[in-house]
Amino acid sequence: MHQPGTPTQEQPTFLPRSAPDYLPEPQLRELQLTRLQAIVTRAYERVPLFRERCEQRGVQPSDLRQLADIQHLPFTVKNDLRDTYPFGLFASPREEIVRLHASSGTTGKPIVVAYTQDDLDVWSEVMSRTFAACGVHAGDMVQNAFGYGLFTGGLGAHYGAEELGATVIPISGGNTERQMMVMRDFGVTALCATPSYFLHLLERAREADIDWANLPLRVGIFGAEPWTEAMRQRIEQESGIRAYDIYGLSEIIGPGVGSECCAQDGLHIFEDHFYPEIIDPESGAPLPDGEEGELVLTTLSKQAMPMIRYRTRDLTTIIPERCRCGRTLRRIQRIGRRSDDMFIIRGVNVFPAQVETALLQVEGTLPHYQITLSRKGSLDQMEVAVEVTEAVLSDTVGGMEALQKQVADALEHIIGLRVGVRLVEPQSLPRSEGKAKRVFDNREG
Amino acid sequence: MKFKQLSLFLENQPAHLKQPCRILAEAGIDIRPLSLADADQFGILRLIVADWERAKHVLEEAGCAVRVDEVVGLEVADECGGMAHVLEVLEQGGHNVLYTYAFTFGEAGRAVLFMRFEDPDAAIAALQAGQIHVLDPVRWLKRTE
Repeated sequence: MHQPGTPTQEQPTFLPRSAPDYLPEPQLRELQLTRLQAIVTRAYERVPLFRERCEQRGVQPSDLRQLADIQHLPFTVKNDLRDTYPFGLFASPREEIVRLHASSGTTGKPIVVAYTQDDLDVWSEVMSRTFAACGVHAGDMVQNAFGYGLFTGGLGAHYGAEELGATVIPISGGNTERQMMVMRDFGVTALCATPSYFLHLLERAREADIDWANLPLRVGIFGAEPWTEAMRQRIEQESGIRAYDIYGLSEIIGPGVGSECCAQDGLHIFEDHFYPEIIDPESGAPLPDGEEGELVLTTLSKQAMPMIRYRTRDLTTIIPERCRCGRTLRRIQRIGRRSDDMFIIRGVNVFPAQVETALLQVEGTLPHYQITLSRKGSLDQMEVAVEVTEAVLSDTVGGMEALQKQVADALEHIIGLRVGVRLVEPQSLPRSEGKAKRVFDNREG
Repeated sequence: MKFKQLSLFLENQPAHLKQPCRILAEAGIDIRPLSLADADQFGILRLIVADWERAKHVLEEAGCAVRVDEVVGLEVADECGGMAHVLEVLEQGGHNVLYTYAFTFGEAGRAVLFMRFEDPDAAIAALQAGQIHVLDPVRWLKRTE
């Protein structure tokens, strides 16, 4: 068993199924171009909205002579999926579609995504490559606590782990008691969950006096919500497992778009199936590798619902350097910020991840927090509620006020605003069993 | 010669003070001296009980964050000048009282003070040198049961 916090040595394994991870770059680019030309042709011929937009811009699939020509194609945005609800962007006849998923979306209609059998096979392949990159292998016992159902997380991880040859426990999210029982009794070695749910599990396991150090759990595959590097360090130190970040979104395929590897230094995009670009979110202009902007993805092989230049709203950077794991797939920086999560308070842009970073800087504060926005008169107020733990509890009012000040200082340092800090009792903030809801905006209008 | 004092963090809202009291009551634990330090949004409840380890355990099981500190208990005459005398002794030794709370326990003419110091052992030595009766926690908790 490895020591908490020390990386285990993991050599890249050149399994046939991971071979596309190591394609020499010229071959990879050639493959991408061939696939891009085919998928754009498919979308042009079969998706009226896409064809219409191409015609408006005067571009045709045959204009794609090199990868860089992709920038002449129109973007697809989330609203396009809502506007064409439910099946308007499908490129396959209904009888070829074998699976539908939908994402609830916080406003209005859900978005619906479709898969042919070939699409499901690609999905299993990229998820199995995800597991392999995170050090999971055939024979591992995988507890899949991603939600099953319309959400893509559960089934995406499920088929990927099976494809790899691991044993899957399709437990889905929620029911923490049962999660702990299964984890202990079945000898679980790898867990898929949201990072906030894993923290919740860890807390509950401690209360239940579960001998965590002696569980065989080795790997955590975390995704579906942004989390910070500081949170990873906290998770790894407290649990002794290796925590990996994975990336995906339903519009593209679900989980399996990108994954960390043993280097834990950025997420490799499975570029043979998904072509990444970074653009300036304001102007839409492409940005070179190494510059931060909005991630735009094009599905290179998806038949049922090709997504051409889909704007993810996720802010990141493509890392220009080659990864030390040996994969030739380019990496993106882990996503801590979504342009959708951002809120503006007194003219300052704030991301929830910044609050998390500030809290993790103050010794002993748990990463359970909640942000409430309100309006007093004409002035926006932001208050961060933080749970008091034994580690930070003082027996004097002065001591607690010093803690409050310390948190407010750390927040001010990172977001540049003095905001309210409210100390709350332990376990009083709601624990999520899926994606954590951190921000409550009570401002009217 | 030191008492274990439990401190709990409470939000300043209706029913939040009741909760730990109810938990202790259900566990059959009698709260002896008690003090509540209040701020605008929260309070700190400080408790002394006979079986502090069990009290800490049941409170933590119920989800409370509990801190344990050592405080000094001393018995003084419940009369004019009793407290002032104690404070003079401490002042001479340069011992700062972080906070204190007083309590009477049914013995006529006697009162008990609980005090929290940065360095309780040095404060105890100074109090004893000043002929002040520093309480032995085990004996006192038994005597006043």
